[in-house]
Amino acid sequence: MVDYLTFVFKSIRGMFTGGTRYRSWLAFLMGLMAVGGYAYYQQTVHGLGVTGMGDQVSWGLYIANFTFLVGVAAAAVMMVIPGYLYHNKEVKGGVLLGEMVAIGAIVMCLLFVVADLGRPDRMWHMIPPFGKFNFPVSMLAWDVLVLNGYLLLNLHVPGYLLYKKYKGEEPAKWLYLPFVYLSIIWAISIHTVTAFLYTGLAGRPYWNAAILAPRFIASAFCAGPAFIILVLEIIKGWTRFPMGDRIIGFLRGVVLIAGLINVFLLISEIFTEFYADSAHVASARYLFFGLHGHNALVPWIWTSITMNVLALLALISRKFEKRGVIVRNIPLLMLIVAIWIEKGMGLVFPGFIPTPLGEIVEYMPSANEWMVSLGIWGVGLFIMTVLLKHAVDIEVGDVKPS
Amino acid sequence: MSKKMNFVPDLLPKPAPKARAKEGEVGRRSFIKLLSALTAGAIAMPDKAEAFNLDEFLQKHFHQMTDEEKQKTMARLEGEYNKKYSRDDFSVADGGPQHGVKYGYALNLSKCIGCRKCTHACVDENNQHRGSEERGDQIEYIRVLEMEKGSLDVEKSVHDYTHEVPAEGKYYMPVQCHQCNDAPCVKACPVEATWQEPDGIVVVDYNWCIGCRYCAAACPYWARKFNWVAPRIPDEEVNPDTHYLGNRPRYKGVMEKCTFCITRVRKGLNPACHDICPTGSRKFGNLLDKESVVRRIIDQKRIFILKEEVGTDPSFYYFFD
Repeated sequence: MVDYLTFVFKSIRGMFTGGTRYRSWLAFLMGLMAVGGYAYYQQTVHGLGVTGMGDQVSWGLYIANFTFLVGVAAAAVMMVIPGYLYHNKEVKGGVLLGEMVAIGAIVMCLLFVVADLGRPDRMWHMIPPFGKFNFPVSMLAWDVLVLNGYLLLNLHVPGYLLYKKYKGEEPAKWLYLPFVYLSIIWAISIHTVTAFLYTGLAGRPYWNAAILAPRFIASAFCAGPAFIILVLEIIKGWTRFPMGDRIIGFLRGVVLIAGLINVFLLISEIFTEFYADSAHVASARYLFFGLHGHNALVPWIWTSITMNVLALLALISRKFEKRGVIVRNIPLLMLIVAIWIEKGMGLVFPGFIPTPLGEIVEYMPSANEWMVSLGIWGVGLFIMTVLLKHAVDIEVGDVKPS
Repeated sequence: MSKKMNFVPDLLPKPAPKARAKEGEVGRRSFIKLLSALTAGAIAMPDKAEAFNLDEFLQKHFHQMTDEEKQKTMARLEGEYNKKYSRDDFSVADGGPQHGVKYGYALNLSKCIGCRKCTHACVDENNQHRGSEERGDQIEYIRVLEMEKGSLDVEKSVHDYTHEVPAEGKYYMPVQCHQCNDAPCVKACPVEATWQEPDGIVVVDYNWCIGCRYCAAACPYWARKFNWVAPRIPDEEVNPDTHYLGNRPRYKGVMEKCTFCITRVRKGLNPACHDICPTGSRKFGNLLDKESVVRRIIDQKRIFILKEEVGTDPSFYYFFD
């Protein structure tokens, strides 16, 4: 017990020691949190009326970010599978880092859902036996369960492995391997359940399509590993973490294949919507071409598609792979932005436009909404940063028993 | 149309959100100004800040309360409402469903002239938020669609018409909660804050709703309305005759909806929208009573269900005659 407390104490001290660049980055993230905190305060005082949402478009930037980040969180599984199932040593060495990213992403998911609640003070209504949890009927109840479960799994496995590493002991397989296997299925489930949240709504034809869940998974395994690669590049460049060359190459392959599948599914979706030209096409038409003079999302979605295609072409050509750290990562950054747009402007918003009664009301997030979102990103990146720092500290032996 | 009647809608429809530009201004102030406001501690609380209320915080789900707890809660709510609206005559009832009664609504599209009197009578009866200066967003449970003759496509409908009605080449279709028997909103709610009563009315426990708005996304009839700001009702306009699951004043951040005027119908009256209608297009009654007007319409007229393909089994029917 004393051993464990010393470990926790040393770890926390390690998380907050670092060079000027490291500390400035933490300070910057805390600045974002302050901005978000202020904006969230405004929201709690005045109500969700300070957002751009309304009864016509009743979910917005928060739920869009939530949906995107579920994908990032799920992506850690792309390292867990080769690392633990196929015993790829190099990938296995980086799995912990992927899981740290997942923890930060899940925390952001949960915060975005809480930020979207009209009555966050009543969250206890979900917790039995005091509350009433509408399980298994409500898909949102499922989502709450799988997200929190995934968070616990991802806290347990790396937490246990790092502690053992710190002690210089071999980890007991039965204490982590079952959870690793469980987390593989669980990672797929968090994104599937999040997709079902939308596809289960028969009254929203744009979402009520079976292709949504596969597309969610494909885009998640494209943007998520892309995000992890950026993290690995930073760790590789700025720390002494022993990282093989092939792990990033492997993940670039995953990004490319998932990205191509995503584009294929997008084409299938567009064809089905527009060739038949049924009454259900209104939302898609609004998104891609504008409807009755309303076209706020058109530039966004075409920017997204262009970036998506260009980035995938760059990855296919493999021309940039050997270039400098900035150039070789630009396509990945483009994919992350493209898929972020695709989830928000491309999926969540147009599902509400037109309304089930045919009214077209456009939505753009308010400044206050952007600030809350920035704040949550600040929290998530902060958590990711200190956890990654912790993992590196243990790995390189900066934090060890005295 | 039986008789040509000209009505000018007596209240302009709510402005589109574009007109709600002011809401973003908090954030559009420069960052420096924002910081100085912070440091100066100049963040003003709104005038009628909702103070933290422990009884309200710990209040149980309607189904979990004993009768005694319900009485206590309703008495407390009456006191709070009396104070808030400077009155002494508030009553919050919890009259239950009657045995053998299942409410149904039938609306005659051949007669409706689109005057929106139902919309406004509903607001008066049910204590909806009257709109704030910043957002101009009065909550309304009934949306009247101006439809193209020869089409049932709601995407061709006009919601914000301001001309005299009825207009040439148009017909009018008011849409409100259909009180579905397989209600997507009830399925969606993660905390069972909304459910269908035995008499068919889908209600919301305003003290249990967490404000996630999944029900609003699920509803095919756009019938669920959210309190984006603290609801405002002028003292003299408030209706003090209320029901716990119906028209009692709501809170910021919770969902609300049409309950077929639960306060009225559980006393044997008709809904307010029914009684105000100048054309007699609205018919209300007990679906289980073969002699009721609604039942006779369903049995004898050509009726249809809006969005029947979504499969929610509504208690609301449209017909032509």
